[in-house]
Amino acid sequence: MTDIETFRQETRAWLEANCPASMRTPMPEGETVWGGRNATFKNPDSKAWLEAMASKGWTAPKWPKAYGGGGLTGEEDRVLQDELRRINARPALLSFGIWMFGPVILEFGTEEQKQTYLPDMVHGRTWWCQGYSEPGAGSDLAGLQTRAVLDGDHYVVDGQKVWTSYANHADWMLCLVRTEPNAPKHEGISVLLFDMKTPGVEARPIKLISGASPFCETFLTNVRVPASQMLGPKNKGWDVAKRILQFERTNISASGFGSGAGLDLVDAAKESIGLENGKLANSDLRSRITKQRMYERAFHLTMRRGQEEAKAGAEVSHYASVLKIAAAKLNQDKTELLVEALGMEGLGWEGEGYRPEALKVTRDWLRAKANSIEGGTSEVNLNIVAKRVLGLRDHQ
Amino acid sequence: MAFSLNEDQTLLKDAADGFFADNAPVASFRKLRDSKETLDPALWGEIGAMGFSGALIGETHGGSDMGLRAMGLVLEAQARTLGVSPLFQTGLMGATMLKLQGSAAQQDHYLPKIADGSLSLALALDEGAHHAPHKIDTKATKTADGWSLSGKKRFVPDGAHAQTLIVIAQTDAGLGAFLVAGDASGVTRQALSGVDSRDVADVTLDSVAVDDAAYLGGKALDEATLDLILDHGRIGLCCEMMGLIGATFDMTHDYLKTRTQFGQLIGSFQSLQHRAAAMLVEIELTKSCVVAAIDAIERGKGIGEAVSLAKARAGDTLQLVTNETIQMHGGIGMTDAHDSGFYLKRARVLETVYGSSGYHRDRWAKLHAY
Repeated sequence: MTDIETFRQETRAWLEANCPASMRTPMPEGETVWGGRNATFKNPDSKAWLEAMASKGWTAPKWPKAYGGGGLTGEEDRVLQDELRRINARPALLSFGIWMFGPVILEFGTEEQKQTYLPDMVHGRTWWCQGYSEPGAGSDLAGLQTRAVLDGDHYVVDGQKVWTSYANHADWMLCLVRTEPNAPKHEGISVLLFDMKTPGVEARPIKLISGASPFCETFLTNVRVPASQMLGPKNKGWDVAKRILQFERTNISASGFGSGAGLDLVDAAKESIGLENGKLANSDLRSRITKQRMYERAFHLTMRRGQEEAKAGAEVSHYASVLKIAAAKLNQDKTELLVEALGMEGLGWEGEGYRPEALKVTRDWLRAKANSIEGGTSEVNLNIVAKRVLGLRDHQ
Repeated sequence: MAFSLNEDQTLLKDAADGFFADNAPVASFRKLRDSKETLDPALWGEIGAMGFSGALIGETHGGSDMGLRAMGLVLEAQARTLGVSPLFQTGLMGATMLKLQGSAAQQDHYLPKIADGSLSLALALDEGAHHAPHKIDTKATKTADGWSLSGKKRFVPDGAHAQTLIVIAQTDAGLGAFLVAGDASGVTRQALSGVDSRDVADVTLDSVAVDDAAYLGGKALDEATLDLILDHGRIGLCCEMMGLIGATFDMTHDYLKTRTQFGQLIGSFQSLQHRAAAMLVEIELTKSCVVAAIDAIERGKGIGEAVSLAKARAGDTLQLVTNETIQMHGGIGMTDAHDSGFYLKRARVLETVYGSSGYHRDRWAKLHAY
């Protein structure tokens, strides 16, 4: 038997023994696990499952074992993901730390920083958030104004961040700060890591059009951060920031913005509108649904092509922006069509008289408006494709 | 799924790109168009000599057996430079029809002639302006020593020059496919002058007598087999469309980087940058669908769905890119002296043959039962 086959068999046996039965069922609303110091587990099996996976390092399968990761090769990781899918295992942990920040700490961090932060991410002991956008720095992220001034062996941070995902729950922030106000804007930025309990940090949730509050405003007033908690060299933070954005775009696309469970567009339209002679009774909607479905299929095929070409060693960095643009469009189109397919039932807000899955359609539709804004607007991503892939230049 | 090319395929792609750039540049298409010709016998001879027409044919029949992906690469290279030849109808449609429906004797007889390019074929299928492969009125009546064919085929690609036509006709047992010599008694071929300056003809069959050996497989052509054969062809058309997409996008991309107005390269204007980037997104999505369709054929799974996805997307993307090519070139793109019009005209024909984007979206929806 080849090594990889042995690995598959061992993995399968381990999952059989360690993945609780309830963790092999679809994830209900409210049982997702983000971890963190104040983690609560609605279902106790979620805790056992997280601990089991973390003990193998399989919440971060490809990170080095020295920092708590699984130390798997790409091939082993694909086998692990295959086997997890095979038993419909729930994700043991959702973690911005593992998706976006751990990889840059591995790339840019000191040995001490790796030892300090990575194992806690693997075990879900810390929940991280991303201090990026500011009221005056959205698409023009590099125009950020939050200042960090060195005072002895600490930086003193003052400013305001916005759209900080789950800052009210998070334990740590990776924060972009301006350390050199007189340099060109890309050359005066640094990255600081700090505990959200540090005095002067205050996160306030923002209520969105969907009624949910996944994002916060984060106020930073005289926040003292040890200088040893700077990630990468001073004033070279933009390199780190760009790398994180690449991970962010790829992650957003990989999730396809889909919240997984929910109504299937074709099934919903068939049920709500009905068929005539085997075809959806509204022929115009039928054709627009078909366009959306085909676009979605093309998107998923392109995701797979990107992964395969990356595996074969091709240069694929442009896929992050290409896929982000496509993912935003397909999810916005899908949610619009779902609302339309359900008619008045797709326009409920809450309470009796609406099926819960129809209420979710409304909320998902509203949530989706952010898809072409978050992680770089579609326009910013088009700029990136035009400049970095097509080599089109700015005005001279 | 194998999205990347293997070593043999990469070599073939380079050879095909080089061959058509050298032997069939756009200038030679222009010359052919100006002389109102729709066949370049010398080029077809070279294509046969290169072995391109035998890509789908087994080695025992003189082919290279390289498969549909390889044939697609050659068709893409040919389309890139607007090369004119019977390669698609002969090497892809003819070869596939014989492989999937022909008897062993028919394969032994015809496949080697396809592989060496000594025979050209054309599928005479549709009878109206819109692709409708299951609506066939042409009749094949059994006679004492063979069959008698009567009916009218419209807009047959390569119909004027093909040496042998593959005529789809109704028999008592359902559809059948018949090999009919282009110059057989009772066959009238009316060459049409299409917008893309290529061979297209109306073919009238008036009690055309053929012998039993002309009846492919000696049995009815069932719907599933006809669909499968056409799906092979649709993939070939997708590959041709990818060739046109590549050529026109490159042409436009170059123009954005060289043309100046208002003292600036026009590619520095954001309205054009965003449209160029949006085209690239569509092109990347389309590429994946075309390769996935070839993969579906090779694995024999989900073929109709994958092929309709590819044909609809390739059609839509090609329409977008050819229209943007004209617009971004401005006035020069409207002139006959510029090549972009050739691509626009060819594009719409490829979009239409064997089902438009709308046809294939409808088919996709039917396959998904709504």
